[in-house]
Amino acid sequence: MAIEARMWHELGLSDEEYQRILDTIGREPTPTELAMFSVEWSEHCGYPRSRPLLRLFPKTGKYATAGRDGEDAGGIEVAPGLTVLFKMESHNHPSQVEPFQGAATGVGGIIRDIFTMGARPIAVLDPLRFGELDEPLAQYLFRGVVSGIAFYGNCLGVPTVGGELRFEESYKGNCLVNVMALGLVESDKIATSRAVGAGNPVIVVGNSTGRDGIGGASILASHEFGEGEEKRPTVQIGDPFTEKCLIEACLEALASGGVVGLKDMGAAGLTCTTCEMSAFGEHGMDVELQKVPRREPGMEPWEVLMSESQERMLLVAEKEREDEVLAIFRKWGLNAVVVGQVTDDGLLRVRDDGEVVAEVEAKALASPPVYELPTEEPAYYREVQSADLSSFSVPEDMGAVLRDLLSSPNIASAEWVYRQYDHMVQTNTVVAPGPGDAAVLQIKGRREGIGVTTDGNGRYCYLDPYVGAQLVLAEACRNLVCVGADPAGVTDCLNFGNPEKPDRFWQFKRCVEGLADGCRSFQLPVVSGNVSFYNETPDTAVYPTPVLGVVGVLKDVGHHCTSGFKKADDVVVLLGNTDEDLGGTEYLKRTHGVVTGKPPALDLEREKRVQSMCLAAVEQGLATSAHDCSDGGLAVALAECCIWGGVGAHVRLPDEWSHLRIDSRLFGESPSRIIISASSANAAKIEQMAKAEGVPVYVLGEVGGETLTIEVDGEVPISEAVGNLTDIWRDAIPSLMSQ
Amino acid sequence: MATATKMRFGIVIFPGSNCETDAWHALNDVMGAPVEYVWHQETDVGKYDCVILPGGFSYGDYLRTGAIARFSPVMNALIDFADKGGLVLGICNGFQILLEAGLLPGAMMRNVGQTFVCQYVDLRVENTNTPFTRAMEQGSILRIPIAHGEGSYYADEQTLEELKHNDQVVLRYCTEHGESTPDANPNGSLENIAGICNRERNVMGLMPHPERCSDPILGSDDGRQVWESLLRGK
Repeated sequence: MAIEARMWHELGLSDEEYQRILDTIGREPTPTELAMFSVEWSEHCGYPRSRPLLRLFPKTGKYATAGRDGEDAGGIEVAPGLTVLFKMESHNHPSQVEPFQGAATGVGGIIRDIFTMGARPIAVLDPLRFGELDEPLAQYLFRGVVSGIAFYGNCLGVPTVGGELRFEESYKGNCLVNVMALGLVESDKIATSRAVGAGNPVIVVGNSTGRDGIGGASILASHEFGEGEEKRPTVQIGDPFTEKCLIEACLEALASGGVVGLKDMGAAGLTCTTCEMSAFGEHGMDVELQKVPRREPGMEPWEVLMSESQERMLLVAEKEREDEVLAIFRKWGLNAVVVGQVTDDGLLRVRDDGEVVAEVEAKALASPPVYELPTEEPAYYREVQSADLSSFSVPEDMGAVLRDLLSSPNIASAEWVYRQYDHMVQTNTVVAPGPGDAAVLQIKGRREGIGVTTDGNGRYCYLDPYVGAQLVLAEACRNLVCVGADPAGVTDCLNFGNPEKPDRFWQFKRCVEGLADGCRSFQLPVVSGNVSFYNETPDTAVYPTPVLGVVGVLKDVGHHCTSGFKKADDVVVLLGNTDEDLGGTEYLKRTHGVVTGKPPALDLEREKRVQSMCLAAVEQGLATSAHDCSDGGLAVALAECCIWGGVGAHVRLPDEWSHLRIDSRLFGESPSRIIISASSANAAKIEQMAKAEGVPVYVLGEVGGETLTIEVDGEVPISEAVGNLTDIWRDAIPSLMSQ
Repeated sequence: MATATKMRFGIVIFPGSNCETDAWHALNDVMGAPVEYVWHQETDVGKYDCVILPGGFSYGDYLRTGAIARFSPVMNALIDFADKGGLVLGICNGFQILLEAGLLPGAMMRNVGQTFVCQYVDLRVENTNTPFTRAMEQGSILRIPIAHGEGSYYADEQTLEELKHNDQVVLRYCTEHGESTPDANPNGSLENIAGICNRERNVMGLMPHPERCSDPILGSDDGRQVWESLLRGK
């Protein structure tokens, strides 16, 4: 079959890329080879457009890192000889098309990235973003996505311990479904994906191969959604039962010592695994497609190679241990078929019924082009940066503003979601979703614990991508220290619009730069990550939304902390200071209907000092509760402390703040602030320690009663019954979802 | 006859079980009791004093939850074992499998709210006259979590009458004050039933997960009372 321009265009390759293929292999590609290049070089698999910038991320930090460059997931050493591997991925486009299966297969995919390295998956987190929740489309997607994640994660027996919910107009046509997974493995037992040892068998295990998702990841994730496009056939179907059996079989096979290399089939399925395992191992492979178990008749070679059928792995075994390894998979009721062998010529040779349909150098196939795309500061940026926020009026009724904020789905209780997730299986969940600023997991037999959270803020990043990204990082770390975990490593999921548009790429570049500088400041390595481009429709692009998963270490998991006030007469202390920071706030959006202004100013040194102080307070058992201020500002944070504690509080804002607008003091989102409650003796110690460390500290008041009372300048703008606030906060999402 | 210190536990693993390591940890690490895993192909469980069917999604809940597992070789062994008076405890999916196998009467339906529910619940101890509850106080309240999508227990009128007549209802969902009300029922099960036993009292099934709250660091250790009851011996 002659190759025509139409063919490579349909596969998503540009004329330049086709020319590059010609130059690389020195001849015209076969149709099968063309298909293989198109998926391996797609944005989703090859990262041609993001790779140069991603190199900015630091790979080392305070804690020792594990995993190797190019491998599926990296991690950090959480205790001597013990590594926690973690990664976050996106399944945005499939979820917009088919929310249940899109989200379910997102969970499946990220979990495979964990156990492919020999780690037992121990937790999942799901930061989710949709359009405004009062709209039917958002409700439909939200319901489907949460059900899909529950369906897959619960069946696997991996607890979903955290996540995030954000609802913004910007995500209406492009929901963001990011899923993070963690796994635990002994540091010297981390498995590799290298194919080495000529003659070693190449084995396909797991589900059979069908036409699902053909070109899905590459096509869906490499282009914008057009008007009225029907993409349903390209979404894959998940089978968590098979994946559960795969987890057990793979871990057993790895423990047997008979496995040389293991890689999961995700985007670009067999093409990606055969090519990357070979390239990474500096060997080649000879593979016979007709041996691959099929679930549909009459599949063409390129269909088998591009299929994204779920729950499949590619495995290279030691030749002498082949039978033993196959027996393990069969014991668990899984397909396990030898489809080829490793060679030492560096070529990926694919046969179908004897005929060679593709033969290319594995390294060439695994080396997509790299593009340095142009950036251009967008027009809106100057406007929002110079917006005059003093023109917005100060509301009369602050209690009404507080109640309204608590009813915002961005702030309200997420119990409707996490109640559907098994967050307790594996009996490691010490702080479950809800009561803490981050999740805390114990490690059986060890004193250390793991803290983990996910965070993102599209609004801040839209208003200032560089500062916004750093604010996200700061908040994630702040959430960790509140539960008593020392931030140790970062995984990122970067959700952006079309990178071929210079203003979108400018946002991407600035976010990555902000993140890289921020991580260096916090001494945090970025151990893994994912980029999702083209989150755009003809109407809008999403807010630039880098979502971070940050893992922290608790020296002693017994010394952890949650956010609710606990005891009447405990003293309420604020670490940090408040400034005029209304830009990009939830309050500005809900009460004044705008998203504008500079996001809150961030002083990284102060942020680190505040976090250090909080961590010390929790580690030393001085804090009864710790909760950071974020969406909705101080008033909302105080309300949350009361709600979780089932008790009121009486506080007085410092006179030092009287030069600030009253709404800034109550609802502004100045970063680097943490509310701690403690016995009066401990509060005094905390105050002393803070002053010694140069950390701003204020005693705000006491816990007690059944009302949240906030005094400002001698007046009482907020005096709300905690029971009432609790009802509003708890019922917001369920009542929208019961329509 | 097994004494308390020598009570030997077996935990069955079906493809798709996912709470077996939690049960193992509760018994072996927390309670110090000897435990072994039992692969579902096993044909003889005679060497154990108590066999546990753990929670999870055996066979992916295909067809009906527990419907396929009940045909595993180990289930025949288990029926024999129970016939001879061996102790059997089915937790969550384990309970569902016991119902499908006919070792307990009744059936399990989808939660009335149509979604999976994972949360702590309060349970009232209705019957302390079983090996699984003999260390508990009659009428006391236990805080134990549930995690299921199909936990709504159902039995026809006659079966229900027999259950009550023979004192086979062991645990009921209740409020924190011990009242068994519809509000306290998370899944719509008949008469707020959370756990039952057979007439001979050697087989028990319950939807809540005692293995998830046997260690105080996890928020509640009321689940220990189940293991303590068993470890008292006959």
